[in-house]
Amino acid sequence: MSDILGGYNFAYLDEQTKRMIRRAILKAVAVPGYQVPFAGREMPLPYGWGTGGIQVTASVISADDVLKVIDQGADDTTNAVSIRRFFAKTAGVRTTTKTAEATLIQTRHRIPERRLTEGQIIVYQVPNPEPLRWMEPRESETRKMHALLEYGAMHVKLYEDIVHFGRIATSYDYPVRVNGRYIMAPSPIPKFDNPKMDGMPALQLFGAGREKRIYAVPPYTRVESLDFEDYPFEVQRWDQSCALCGATDSYLDEVITDDRGGRMFVCSDTDHCSERRAASDEAEGDGIRRPVEEEAAE
Amino acid sequence: MDQSFVLQVRDLSKDFTVHTQGGVKIAVFAGLDLDLEAGRCVALHGPSGCGKSTLLRSLYANYKPDAGQILIRHGEAVVDMVSAEPRIVLAVRRYTLGYVSQFLRVIPRVPAIDVVAEPAILAGIPLALAREKAASLLERLNVSRRLWDLAPATFSGGEQQRVNVARGFIVDYPVLLLDEPTASLDAGNRETVVQLMEEAKARGAGLVGIFHDKEIRDRIADRLFDLPRLQSAA
Amino acid sequence: MNAALAIAPASPLLEVRGVGHFYGNRLGCQEVSFDLYPGEVLGIVGESGSGKTTLLSCLAGRLDFAEGRIRYDSRSDGLVDLATLSEAKRRVLMRTEWGIVHQNPRDGLRMGVSAGANIGERLMAVGQRHFGKIRAAAGDWLAQVEIAADRMDDLPMSFSGGMQQRLQIARNLVTGPRLVFMDEPTGGLDVSVQARLLDLLRRLVADMSLSVILVTHDLAVARLLAHRLMVMKGGHVVESGLTDQVLDDPHHPYTQLLVSSMLQV
Repeated sequence: MSDILGGYNFAYLDEQTKRMIRRAILKAVAVPGYQVPFAGREMPLPYGWGTGGIQVTASVISADDVLKVIDQGADDTTNAVSIRRFFAKTAGVRTTTKTAEATLIQTRHRIPERRLTEGQIIVYQVPNPEPLRWMEPRESETRKMHALLEYGAMHVKLYEDIVHFGRIATSYDYPVRVNGRYIMAPSPIPKFDNPKMDGMPALQLFGAGREKRIYAVPPYTRVESLDFEDYPFEVQRWDQSCALCGATDSYLDEVITDDRGGRMFVCSDTDHCSERRAASDEAEGDGIRRPVEEEAAE
Repeated sequence: MDQSFVLQVRDLSKDFTVHTQGGVKIAVFAGLDLDLEAGRCVALHGPSGCGKSTLLRSLYANYKPDAGQILIRHGEAVVDMVSAEPRIVLAVRRYTLGYVSQFLRVIPRVPAIDVVAEPAILAGIPLALAREKAASLLERLNVSRRLWDLAPATFSGGEQQRVNVARGFIVDYPVLLLDEPTASLDAGNRETVVQLMEEAKARGAGLVGIFHDKEIRDRIADRLFDLPRLQSAA
Repeated sequence: MNAALAIAPASPLLEVRGVGHFYGNRLGCQEVSFDLYPGEVLGIVGESGSGKTTLLSCLAGRLDFAEGRIRYDSRSDGLVDLATLSEAKRRVLMRTEWGIVHQNPRDGLRMGVSAGANIGERLMAVGQRHFGKIRAAAGDWLAQVEIAADRMDDLPMSFSGGMQQRLQIARNLVTGPRLVFMDEPTGGLDVSVQARLLDLLRRLVADMSLSVILVTHDLAVARLLAHRLMVMKGGHVVESGLTDQVLDDPHHPYTQLLVSSMLQV
């Protein structure tokens, strides 16, 4: 770890701050789905760029961790690249794009397709931690509603969806109930990923920088997506399969390929996609060119 | 209270203190006793202004007497209308004590047939039966069928009074109070009201009424109750 | 005449003893005592500043009153003392056994969601999870309050004042509450709209045998809806009794003034 930037503490944050955040995390793990306030620090990037997730990551990362950062499922987007570099420089940890190799994954908008395992930690960047906020602007009141299990309003939102769209149209940040108790915003992941949260062997941590809240789902915890008896929770489905790897069971992004309306559907999870292609290369050697992994050199 | 009585008034006094006019006190009656047996009709009697209407309203607990008792047989119980709680008074009015006033208090928007049926529904008669009874009473009182579904606010005085009478007779109350029930009615309708009163007596109801029309009073009343003229107390 | 003639329920739903509240040194209301029985409609009348709204706030648990005791006979826990009832239980009462109809429907409605959702919310709050059933109940209630079924998915914003008020009533009554607080429910409405609302309230109150505490300064509204009245002045109850008795034979100088000031039409 010779490249660590001088003049900074390990992983940027000072040890007192990390201890404070770890205490918040411990509390969050002890009360699954409950939003624990913490004294969020100013970070060297703007709110909305993952300051909450970064502080959580900085507080749990250790020198022998292997870090993966994804944004919208991809390892090669600006945000993911910046955060990965940030920790490579301030903590000197090894980084990876491979879900299987990572011990710590920071994410925005996706959960990897590959099932996470025991010992892994996934850190979500959260813009709006309060699922009740849309109808109740007062924090004192939403805290009370959580405390007293006053969750009727959550279903009002789903009701309105069905009324206006004939189905529950909420497709991301789809509210869940954790361990049969707290209603939680899963951050803006597609509802496609909601089932992965349920009983996940990895530890799930959520950090909201602007709102200064941390919450958690411990391993193997029940996470149910809210629904109606006659309109059960459903995930997105596609008629297409991935144009690159042929996957039929992954979350697909629509990609515009030219100015003439050409388009294709590809896996949003780039690691998942390349892993599948590598596997099929080995099997068939079909010659599809794998996209350059920009950071392979790092 | 003796089983033969449905209503007994004891030592009843009523005066009004009008604070808006310097606290002037008007005594209306004092120390009244009155007994009413089932199936009988007592006509209140006395010159205009002697307090007949005030007594009738007091019996209904619409006015609050200052002293004395108004005992009424309510099912198995005897209730004193002077001291009973409001909800008890309302229960007595709902099942036991009817009142036909001189004027209909119009309820906005409610059609005539429902105005008539309302007391029956409150007394627990099923809606369909209550409306049937209301219809037959309106029929007997010659209220034109085309008016039944209209709110009585726009009816003529006579029409309103007939709706009012129908409303008063729809429940077979054991005690009925009647304040000029035939006023502003033509001969035919007057006759119908007399019949209704006679039918009530025949089924055992006790009636207390004010009847200015001597002929009607003589036909329906079993005795007169004279209200003494009180000297206005200063 | 039958056994049902029995003299009405024996125990009160709400028992109020010596309730009082001060705003600093200023008297809100004082020494208010009464019992409210199931199915009874109690009107509280008086001018602005008479303490009627303060009293309503004490009764509805919106104000930590300083003096006295209020006990409510709840379905779930029997007799509870409102002053010592936990906030959690009080809020459960609020959305199950109680209803509050505000003068301004905007205070009682969610203006940002459809009429159907406004009605359905209380059902969802008590655990109803079947969309079809919630919608059917919302439809029933819209009909009850005379709002056309095709307005179910519209925002209350697009409704007239009278419709909003009727929607607020439906939203409150859908879970079959036993006690409803109404604060000037017909205030701010046109007279013709008022008449319709009063008629509706009269019917619903009787059909559901609701207990109601109705605060109004409009004696005509009180006469039409309330079984009995409490007249308040300067924070005190100056006269109470059967509605028609208080209005037709008022005893207290203030009540006489109030009644004689009423417009006769």
